[in-house]
Amino acid sequence: MLDADFFRRWMTATATSVDREAERLTALDSPIGDADHGSNLQRGFRAVKDALDKEPPTTPGAVLTQAGRLLISTVGGASGPLYGTLLRRTGKALGDAAEVDGRQLAEALRAGVDAVRQLGGAAPGDKTMIDALVPAVDALGDSFAAARDAAEEGAVATTPLRARKGRASYLGERSIGHQDPGATSAALLIAGLVEAGGE
Amino acid sequence: MSDGKLVGIVLVSHSAAVAASVAELAQGLAGVGGAVPVAPAGGTEGGGLGTSAELIAAAAASVDRGAGVAVLTDLGSAVLTVKALLAEGDELPERTRLVDAPFVEGAVAAVVTAATGADLAAVEAAAVEAYTYRKV
Repeated sequence: MLDADFFRRWMTATATSVDREAERLTALDSPIGDADHGSNLQRGFRAVKDALDKEPPTTPGAVLTQAGRLLISTVGGASGPLYGTLLRRTGKALGDAAEVDGRQLAEALRAGVDAVRQLGGAAPGDKTMIDALVPAVDALGDSFAAARDAAEEGAVATTPLRARKGRASYLGERSIGHQDPGATSAALLIAGLVEAGGE
Repeated sequence: MSDGKLVGIVLVSHSAAVAASVAELAQGLAGVGGAVPVAPAGGTEGGGLGTSAELIAAAAASVDRGAGVAVLTDLGSAVLTVKALLAEGDELPERTRLVDAPFVEGAVAAVVTAATGADLAAVEAAAVEAYTYRKV
């Protein structure tokens, strides 16, 4: 079973990997975006980590809803409302339970991904974070490691795609050949599950 | 009509200067001496380019007179942030609506219409209609 501390570790692990990969995320965002993805997410997840360290919520759902709210208010770019909605909606779907199992997490995360798709209007293949998240949620029933691998494969597979959402879509054909920064950071988030689970 | 209370207008842009200038332009063209509550929410709290949920929430609260708040945005994270705040449920005043309109023309249409005492639906309709005004 997964308790509130597991979810706090998940967010902390993500904050650490976003810190570590911030320069790479910003570098990926330079040719096809506005070169702020790494620093924006770094600011957001640092705020999440600080808040959770200071006063950790007592349920899995509350950890994620608080994290989502903070991302919306601190990131300053499109990734704020997108990741914020992902975590908040996932947290709401988990309800008030003190512990949840892997199947409940998978179902809740699917609700979160659906909310992101609704918010941004992106579908699989549009070269966005959805391309990492959808395969990850599909694989989550097997193991966290399977979800991590599926997210990473999904992120790499965005390279030949032409962007159809977000700022990169203005570039048309020129967005082809670059790995999507949002899909890359989404893979970091999913990899955080493996670290939180101690796998 | 809405009991003499005017609809509030919030203008959200990636740039503080753009949001403030469009607010000034719309109020100037409306020619009503600033009777309509209009608040810009531009850029990040640090003064950079981007979107601030806090500035948006503060702007919406500041123009809420009880007749509703129409929010106009430029693009990208401005749109997504307002949508996410609306989905949250308690971050923005009751009867706040994201209006799908061109930023400058929609803002002028919204402020002019709000100045007549029109209700939120009419303000929204006027702003949306600005899309149909072709220039060539």
